[in-house]
Amino acid sequence: MQTKRTIFPNKALPYLLLAPQLAITIIFFIWPAGQAVKSSFEREDPFGFRTTFIWFQNYTRLFTDPAYLNSFGRTMIFAVAVTLLSMAIALLLAAAVNRLMRSGKLYTTLLVWPYAVAPVVAGILWWFMFNPSIGIITYVLSQLGVTWNHRVSGLDAMILITIAAAWKQISYNFLFFLAGMQSVPASLNEAAAIDGAGPFKRFWTIVFPLLSPTTFFLLIININYTMFDTFGIVDGTTSGGPAQATNILVYKVYADGFLGLNIGSSAAQSVILMLIVIGLVFVQFRFVERRVQY
Amino acid sequence: MARIELTGVTKVYPGNVEAIKNLNLSIADGELVVLVGPSGCGKSTLLRMIAGLETITDGTIEIGDTVVNKLEPADRDIAMVFQNYALYPHMSVRGNLEYGLKNRGTPKAEIAERVNEAARILEIEPFLERKPRQLSGGQRQRVAMGRAIVRKPKAFLFDEPLSNLDAKLRSHMRVEIRRLQRTLGTTSVYVTHDQLEAMTLADKLVVMNGGLIEQVGKPLEIYSDPQSLFVAAFMGSPGMNLIEIEQLQALGASLPDMVPANTGTIGIRPEDIVLGDAGPEHISLPGTLDAIELVGSESLVYGRADGLNKELIVRAPGIHLGEPGNRITFSIPKAALHCFDRDTGRKRVATANAA
Amino acid sequence: MVENRPVLTFLTHAVLILGVAIVIFPVYIAFIASTHGPGTFLRGVAPMLPGEHMVENYSRMLAAGHSTSGAPPLWLMLINSTWMAIIITVGKISISIISAYAIVYFKFPFRTLCFWIIFVTLMLPVEVRIIPTFAVVANLGLLNSYVGLTLPLIASATATFLFRQFFLTVPDELMEAARVDGAGPIKFFKDILLPLSRTNIAALSVILFIYGWVQYLWPLLITTDTRYYTIVMGIKRLAAYADQEPQWNLVMAAVMLAMLPPVLVVIFMQRLFVKGLVETEK
Repeated sequence: MQTKRTIFPNKALPYLLLAPQLAITIIFFIWPAGQAVKSSFEREDPFGFRTTFIWFQNYTRLFTDPAYLNSFGRTMIFAVAVTLLSMAIALLLAAAVNRLMRSGKLYTTLLVWPYAVAPVVAGILWWFMFNPSIGIITYVLSQLGVTWNHRVSGLDAMILITIAAAWKQISYNFLFFLAGMQSVPASLNEAAAIDGAGPFKRFWTIVFPLLSPTTFFLLIININYTMFDTFGIVDGTTSGGPAQATNILVYKVYADGFLGLNIGSSAAQSVILMLIVIGLVFVQFRFVERRVQY
Repeated sequence: MARIELTGVTKVYPGNVEAIKNLNLSIADGELVVLVGPSGCGKSTLLRMIAGLETITDGTIEIGDTVVNKLEPADRDIAMVFQNYALYPHMSVRGNLEYGLKNRGTPKAEIAERVNEAARILEIEPFLERKPRQLSGGQRQRVAMGRAIVRKPKAFLFDEPLSNLDAKLRSHMRVEIRRLQRTLGTTSVYVTHDQLEAMTLADKLVVMNGGLIEQVGKPLEIYSDPQSLFVAAFMGSPGMNLIEIEQLQALGASLPDMVPANTGTIGIRPEDIVLGDAGPEHISLPGTLDAIELVGSESLVYGRADGLNKELIVRAPGIHLGEPGNRITFSIPKAALHCFDRDTGRKRVATANAA
Repeated sequence: MVENRPVLTFLTHAVLILGVAIVIFPVYIAFIASTHGPGTFLRGVAPMLPGEHMVENYSRMLAAGHSTSGAPPLWLMLINSTWMAIIITVGKISISIISAYAIVYFKFPFRTLCFWIIFVTLMLPVEVRIIPTFAVVANLGLLNSYVGLTLPLIASATATFLFRQFFLTVPDELMEAARVDGAGPIKFFKDILLPLSRTNIAALSVILFIYGWVQYLWPLLITTDTRYYTIVMGIKRLAAYADQEPQWNLVMAAVMLAMLPPVLVVIFMQRLFVKGLVETEK
C-alpha cells in the first residue's frame, strides 16, 4: 500500500497515532460483531442460565420461518422502490438544473437541504400528511375516492415509508447526478449538437451513458441506504406494521432482539445483514477501481 | 563550509535492486559538483542519501569531517532545493524563509536579518509577504534558493532545480546560481540530466550510469577526453559518432598505426568530421546524404557511409546545403579518433609501439 | 451553448418548481401545523394557512417540553443534540486525521492490517450489530452519558480514507523540505499538514455534524434518563403520543426545531457541504 517516498523513521509514533481509532474499532465494532457471530450459533435458555452450542440451527430456523422470509421480501421491494423512485426524480431534476446557468444555483439550494433531515423526522413529516384522520393527502385521496389507512393496509404502509425514504434521498442523488453531468465535457454536447442531435437525444445518447459510473455508484449507495439507514423512518411511522408489512430486516433485528429478546435469532439475523453489507461494500469498491479508469 | 566525502557508498532497495554500487567521491570545500546521467542512473538517489532522505545501505558519507550516516536531514546542516521547489503553500515567502531557522531556535533578530539579506541577494524583497501561488515560476525558484541560503548551511544540494522553468529563464537562472555559489563559496552538489547545465555549472563533473561513476573530471576534460563509450555517447549533443572497428577494416580503410590493440570501437565527435576530401591525415569514407538540419550558426548533416550500418552525424560550420541522396565524403581526422576497448568499453590510450 | 428553445426552458423551470414544491411541501405543512392552537386538529383536515399560536407553541416546547409524554424541555434536547453532533464531528476528524497520517507518512509492521481493521468499520454499521454493541456499552457503564452516546460512533473509515487520499496528493517534497528544515513528525503535522487540510476538515465537519445530529437508534438505546435525550430521538416519543391525543401543533413545533440546525448548516455552508459529500463518498 502506498506511502510517501520518504517516511519518518519513528517506530512507536505511528502506533500511537493509530491507537484511538483502532481501540474504538476493536471495542465497539469488531468485538460486538464477533459476539454476534458467536451467539448466532448458540441458544440461550429462557432464564439466561445456560447457553448451548447449536451449530446452524438459528440460521436454518430463520430460513424456514415465513416471517423472516416475508421480511426479506419486503426489504427487497422497499429497496428497489426507494432506489428507483428517488434516483428517477433526482436524475430529472439534475438534468433540468444542468440546463440552467444562474437560476440553477438557487434551485440547487432549494433541493439539497433534505439531506440534513433525520430519517425519523422525514418519516413523521409524511406520516402527518398521510394521517388517516387529519392528513392532507389522505383528505385529497378521499376526495378522489381512494381510502387511505396505513394502520390497516400493509400496502398503504409500504407506500408511506417508500415515499418518506425516497423524499429524503432525492437531495443526495441529485447532487451526485449534477456533479456527474457537470463533469461531462461541454465540447461533447457541442459536437453532438453540430451533428444534429436535439437536447433530449443528446441527454440519452451522450450524457446519460457517460453518467453510468455515477448511476451505478448511486444504485449501490441507495440500496445500502434503504436497507440500513431507514430504521428511523420505520420506527417513527409504522413500527413494522401493520401485520409485519413493513418489518424490514434491520427493524426485525432490533425488534426480535430488544423487544422480543430472542438473542440467538437476532444474532443470526445480524450476521446475515453483515454479509449483505460486506457484499455491497465489495461491489462498491470493485466498481470504484473501474471508475478511475473510466 | 565543508568538504563531502563518500566512501564505498551503496544503496540496495528492497528486492535486491542495487541503485548505487560501492561509490567513492571527494568533494572539496566550496566546490560545485554536478552529478549528470540518464534517468535511473542513481544520481538523485545519491543526492538524497547525502541529504538524509534515503538510508545508506553500506559505506559512509562524511560532511565536514562528521560521519552523517545516522543523522536526520536537519542535523546534517545541509539545505536542499527541490525540482518542484516544495514551498509551503500556506506560508508567505517570509514564512517559508524563516521556517528552518525558527525550528533551529535562531534568535528573532538574527532571523529577520538573514531573511532580509537573502531577499536582497535574490531580489525577492517585494514579494516577502506574498504566498507562493501568487508568484511566477522564476520567482518561486528564487524563493526556494532563498530558503536554502538563509540557513547558511555547510552544503547546498540541488535536485534538478531548473527543470520546471522555460528555456530562457533556465539559462538566466543557471548563470545566477553559478554566481551565487561563487560568492557564497558553499560546497554544492547539483543533480541534472541536462548536459548544458552540467557543462556550464560544474567545477567538477561526475558522469553516472547504472549506479556507478563513469568518469569524474573538469567539464572540458570529460568532453574532450571521455574515458568510456558511455561517456562518449552521453556527453555532447549530438553525442559522439561510434563506429565498430571491424566494419572499417572490412572497408579497407587505412587505420592509423596508433590504434591500440584490442580496440573494438572508435569514436569521433560530430564537429571533428570534415565533409569532402581532406588529405592523408584522414580516413575517407564515401557515402550518401540523408538530411540536413540548419540551425543557422551551424548545420547538422546526417548521412550514411557506404558499408557502415550506422548513421553518421557531422556538425558543419555555417550553412551547408545539399539534397538527400547526394553523394558526399566523410573525412575523419586520424588525430581526433577516440579508441575504446573491445571488452570493457574503456578508453584505450594510443601507445607508440601499438600494432 | 447558443440554443434558444423557449418551450424547453419553460418546461425546465416547470419541472424544477414542481420538484422544489414536492421537496418543501411536507415541511411547509409541518410548519403551518406548528402555528395553530390544539383545537384545529380535533376535526377535519390539517390546515394549509398559518395560525396565530406560533410563538406560544415554540416557547412552550422549548421551555417546558411535553410532560404528558415524558419529554423534557426542548432546549435541553437541542443542547444534547448539539453536543453529540460536535463531539462526534471533532472526535471523528481527530482520530481519522492522525490515523491517515500514520498510514501515509510512516512504515511499520502490521501497517496494512491496521488499514484493513479501519476498513472493516465500513462493513459493520451500528444497525446490524446493535445488541452486542449495546451490551459492550452497558458493561462499560456508559449508558446515559455523553461518552456512551458518542464514543462508539467516532471510528470512521470514510474520514480516514478522505484524509489518506488528500495526504497522498500532497507533494512528497513538502515533507522532505520540512525535514531538511528541522521539522520532526509532530511539527510537520502541526505546521504544514494540518493547515493544508483546512478546507477538507471544514467540508468534512459539515457532513459529520449532520451525521451526528440525525443519529436516532443509538441515542434511543443508550439513553433512558431524560437528561441525555437528543431531539431527534425525543421526537418519536412526542409523535407516538400525539397519535392518541391530537397535539400536532406541539409535535410539529418540535419537528421544526429538530430539523432547523442541520438544515441551516447545509444552506449556509452549501459549498463546503457539496464538497464534503461528493469527496467523502468517492
